[in-house]
Amino acid sequence: MSELRIEHLQRQGVNAARLAVAPGSCSAIFGASGSGKTLLLRAIADLDEARGEVWLDGQPRSGMSGPAWRRLVSYLAAESHWWAPTVREHAHDWSLADLETLGLQPDVLDWEVQRLSSGERQRLALARALAHAPAALLLDEPTANLDQRNTARVEQLVADWRARTGGCVLWVSHDPAQRDRVASATHEIIGGQLGGGHDA
Amino acid sequence: MTPSLILLSPFDLSLAAALVLLLAALSWRLQLDIGQRVLVAAARSTVQLLLLGLVLKALFHTVDPWFVALLATIMLAVAGYEVMARQKHRLRGFWGYGTGALSMFLSSFSISVMALLVILQPDPWFTPQYSIPLLGMLLGNTMTGIAVSLDNLTRQTVEKRQQIEARLALGQTAAEAIGDIRRDALRSGLIPIVNSMTTAGIVSLPGMMTGQILAGSPPMEAAKYQLLILFLIAAGTGLGSMTAVLIGSNRLFDERSRLRRDRLRS
Repeated sequence: MSELRIEHLQRQGVNAARLAVAPGSCSAIFGASGSGKTLLLRAIADLDEARGEVWLDGQPRSGMSGPAWRRLVSYLAAESHWWAPTVREHAHDWSLADLETLGLQPDVLDWEVQRLSSGERQRLALARALAHAPAALLLDEPTANLDQRNTARVEQLVADWRARTGGCVLWVSHDPAQRDRVASATHEIIGGQLGGGHDA
Repeated sequence: MTPSLILLSPFDLSLAAALVLLLAALSWRLQLDIGQRVLVAAARSTVQLLLLGLVLKALFHTVDPWFVALLATIMLAVAGYEVMARQKHRLRGFWGYGTGALSMFLSSFSISVMALLVILQPDPWFTPQYSIPLLGMLLGNTMTGIAVSLDNLTRQTVEKRQQIEARLALGQTAAEAIGDIRRDALRSGLIPIVNSMTTAGIVSLPGMMTGQILAGSPPMEAAKYQLLILFLIAAGTGLGSMTAVLIGSNRLFDERSRLRRDRLRS
């Protein structure tokens, strides 16, 4: 069970006064391109410098090291990046069940990353993040390059994961229908300003 | 002076220089765009080596530790500048110069002093006839290794920035996220000295040994000196490149293990 809470998070281009995502729930974020959605997620993940504080289950981010925080609060970039030749080398504890939910065969782990399609890469990036056992997920347009069927699979896996672990999710999506499907609250970001959420 | 030393006249050197001019002319004719740099480098080496000859000639008569220290400092300062100039994306601010200069100081200086005090033992230990050529040889070679390592480190960091951040986002530490790049950078800096040790005496006759033999030294003595120098260079290059890569990669991350691309020039 993990609750993510943000207070007065500020960096160049982003100002998020207050945001809370309850354990096991998902909040959606949307906004015009260039409004600061990615910058906000990167600031929460502590990949970029920002003022303010973020809590996970009452534990302040400033009380732990950057890597320790990012192990718990996993940021999934819109475009996935891979550093080793095969898929398997990118995590220790791949979940075959997760791969199956995503419509991927177990032998995909032994494939070369270069041979993967962009859609396969995007789905595998989610499986890779979950294999590192985070407590919260920051998803940046995780279904941007996926067809309807694979989009549904990704949404299913995230929902399963929330139910199974009680982890919380911040989901950036440009698609209003998707936001209605996955999130219980929606926040708009305008010119870097994160507005108060309203229930979906 | 050894009786077998054949003195070179300015005319002899002009003949060799004519070959470089020929190369430059050829490059201009084939539009290879390297002729001008060859000529500038040749001119620089002419002025620098003749000056060094003059300075050493004066120095050998004085044996003043302050003179030696001054010359050594100038050599280090210039080598530090060269390392900085050879990097496409060098660190901003002091560390752009400091990383290379500090690494060269730690490796070349300490190894030269050790070689003078423990191995060669001239009296006094800083006798310029030994200390200056030794330091120069070490600086020249560690400079190349350090420059290659640092350039490799910073260039790959810029190119693979998103991969590094993907690893950080999964909770890896800075050392884990840049480990591959660090190893690669270090290896690339050490390849030249490893190659020259591997082929020394079979494919290539090292410059120093050639010079000594041409100047009339017994070949066996020249071989021993060459070995000494090769070992010192290998140790100095390895030590210097490791120091540079460690300092450099630490600068690339901050206290929260964030990648700081802004600390590198674009």
